[in-house]
Amino acid sequence: MKINVNGKELTIDVTANPSLLEALREQLDLTGTKYGCGEGACGACKVLVNGTPLPACITPAVTVQGKKVITIEGLETNGELHPVQQAFLEVDAFQCAYCAPGMIINAVALLEKNSNPTKQEIVDAMNGNICRCCTYPQIVEAIYQAGKQLA
Amino acid sequence: MTKTKANPTLKAKSGISKSAVTNLSRRTFFKRMGVGVASCVMLSDIVMGEMLAADAADSLAAWIHVSDTGRITVFSGKAEVGQNIRTSLTQVLAEELFVSVDDIDLILSDTMRTPYDRGTTGSRTTPQMVPLLRRAAATVREILLETAAESWNLEKQSLDLERGTIAHPSNGKKLSYADLVSGKKLLRDVDSSAPLVPVEQWRIAGTSVPKINGRDFITGRHKYASDMTLPGMVYGKILRSPAVGAELIEIDTSEAERMPGVQVVKDGSFIGVTARDSSTAQVALALIQAKWRHSEQPSRSNLFEHLVSKSKNSPSPKNGVEKAFTQSSIQLEQEFLIDYIAHVPLEPRVGMAEWKGDKLTVWTGTQKPFGVQEDLSNEFGISKGNVRVIMPDTGSGYGGKHTAEAGVEAARLAKAVGKPVKVSWTREEEFKWAYLRPSGVIRVKCAGTDSGGLSSWEIYNFNSGGSGIESPYEVDTKHHQYISSDPPLRQGSYRALASTANTFAMESQMSDMADLLSMDSLDFRLKYLKNERLSNVLVAATEKFGWKRSKAPGSGYGLGCGTVKGGFVASCAEVEVDVATGEVSITRIVTAFECGAIINPRHLESQITGCVLQGLGGALFEAIEFEQGVVTNASLSSYRVPRFKDVPVIETVLVNRPDLPSAGSGETPIIGVAPAIRNAIADACGVKINRLPMLPDGRLPRV
Ligand code: FES
Ligand code: FES
Repeated sequence: MKINVNGKELTIDVTANPSLLEALREQLDLTGTKYGCGEGACGACKVLVNGTPLPACITPAVTVQGKKVITIEGLETNGELHPVQQAFLEVDAFQCAYCAPGMIINAVALLEKNSNPTKQEIVDAMNGNICRCCTYPQIVEAIYQAGKQLA
Repeated sequence: MTKTKANPTLKAKSGISKSAVTNLSRRTFFKRMGVGVASCVMLSDIVMGEMLAADAADSLAAWIHVSDTGRITVFSGKAEVGQNIRTSLTQVLAEELFVSVDDIDLILSDTMRTPYDRGTTGSRTTPQMVPLLRRAAATVREILLETAAESWNLEKQSLDLERGTIAHPSNGKKLSYADLVSGKKLLRDVDSSAPLVPVEQWRIAGTSVPKINGRDFITGRHKYASDMTLPGMVYGKILRSPAVGAELIEIDTSEAERMPGVQVVKDGSFIGVTARDSSTAQVALALIQAKWRHSEQPSRSNLFEHLVSKSKNSPSPKNGVEKAFTQSSIQLEQEFLIDYIAHVPLEPRVGMAEWKGDKLTVWTGTQKPFGVQEDLSNEFGISKGNVRVIMPDTGSGYGGKHTAEAGVEAARLAKAVGKPVKVSWTREEEFKWAYLRPSGVIRVKCAGTDSGGLSSWEIYNFNSGGSGIESPYEVDTKHHQYISSDPPLRQGSYRALASTANTFAMESQMSDMADLLSMDSLDFRLKYLKNERLSNVLVAATEKFGWKRSKAPGSGYGLGCGTVKGGFVASCAEVEVDVATGEVSITRIVTAFECGAIINPRHLESQITGCVLQGLGGALFEAIEFEQGVVTNASLSSYRVPRFKDVPVIETVLVNRPDLPSAGSGETPIIGVAPAIRNAIADACGVKINRLPMLPDGRLPRV
């Protein structure tokens, strides 16, 4: 099956009915997208499918045929970080950073819809993403700053 | 530069003379490193894993090498699991070497390349590694200064050193580290008298240097162990027993075996499958028909009775506490119940294994790479020199990744199928088959006199552990006792171990006692605290919090403090209780923390915030539910961890003590949260919740 990831047309094998997460990680070596729960409860595996953040772990790979998938690896343009990534770097938000790709993808989607969110709006939009190191205040701050940048 | 007293103890392994070790090391060391100038912390196991001495378990080591390009490489067996030690250790190295953090490559946790290390546990990295690395780096710097001084025929004190370049005082000539190192092979033991940069003069250490390689993490480029692959690698899955104590009596793997590309491995009760992708492996695993014999196991509903009835000892009061208790006019005796909780590292356990002949390499996320190496060498009966364990910076641990399971499983499968294998645990496996923070029953008994005196203090901890059980308060007669039991689920280490539970019990008791004696609970604590560092954080936290402010109806203030692992913490909580509905909200937590000289303020603050919020989960709602030896909430949709919406206003006070050696910060700040919240709820509405978690459904327990 053909799949469009980060602007490239790629081919994946769907005979074993892999999830989008498995296809990205095991077939395309796009390992920036992480496994955390396998049931849509932690957000570690979020990717953008036609601009909407979806948990790739419960999205069968076959369902994204003809759609555009963006993963964490696809956010940079010409070696320039996305403003959200830049803000995360500046705020130095993470500890182990395993949650970072999912957080950043979800934040990118949030800022597409609402470029200058309040902190409460950030909390509401991000609640499906878990940071077990609990760097939540720093993550909110980074998204808030990215919003200010984009507004 | 002045000399400081923070002189690391350098232990030579008994039986091997220092020079013999160094000679042996020098050859191997430079064979691997090429020319350069290096210093090492002198140990028998200083160089390569092949030479690792089995009984070097108590030793610490590190070495630093400057190459003829001026690049600095430092080797340490410590593990980066998100506590950002890669950053803090690099900072202290850069400080002593007068270079930027970018000039240093810090190689961590590779049993073949880094010196032996017992494990990254117990907040020991900072207090142990920082003094060692500072001294080793200072030794290297002094060697380079001496070399420059010699070549100019000057005193080394007259030279200027800036960013890896030594300047002649008068003729404008400069020598870089690269120039000085060129053609040399010089290895020296760490000179314990090499002068350290005084903490007050720190320019890199003590500042908020951002996470090293931060960009790799936010672009998805960093390869955690779970992201790694090898050519020809297959994915492995292991058949798990359905419950604790279940025994395999019958197995039929024929259907799984018929799947193309699937290999089934059967070795006693170890049953696993491999396939070229994980979804196929998952299907193959599901096709295995297994019959199990179950045995009677405890459930959460009888957990606490079980822990007490199966305890190995009974409370045996000493030091005359019983007499002091009975003779006192005011007595308080309470029991505190602590549920099992899980670490839930966001990256579950993973191991990737490859055999080449009888040599095994395993990549895994662990806090104890050398422990994993030992487990593997025992498991397969091969020497440690034939086992290499590599640990890339890992998706957190919190004390939950001390063991080798996934690595051993991957290696067993890899050996059987003759290909590299990766075993990634699912979240469910992690909940059911990793280990948990121990549950416990804690009994506290104390007595007071009418004049506000504290006359006796007893604490008995069944099963959860003895860490932090010693009361920091001065009482005439004290007794504490940890009583082990027969735990119904697999339990082990956890951030701050039992000190969270013990501090919860002790600090709840202290606040209740203050109430009984009609004293303010801050004044009461300060009266009995002789430990100045602890009093200081208590004062700092309560000042920032505004302890003596008046309260709105329905709101309450509480505090909790303690000291473990060289850190001192006090937390204050503010809560609002709606008495009509029983709903409780935690509105604000203020934490003051002191752990000596601060190396990285921003990362320190992040560790404190992380501890406080993780502590909030265990305080309010995290609990493992289990029925007859089966964990029944083994998923992130049924086991609740703190999320964005659970975060109250969090404030921290960093108490810096440049005059004291740095201690770790990844554990201690967790211990004050639960009692602070519990005491605040009691303050707001009089309800005393002596159980963790306190509010599994967000409301006061129905009485
Ligand atoms: S792994 Fe997909 S939401 Fe957790
Ligand atoms: S930084 Fe570790 S899970 Fe978020």
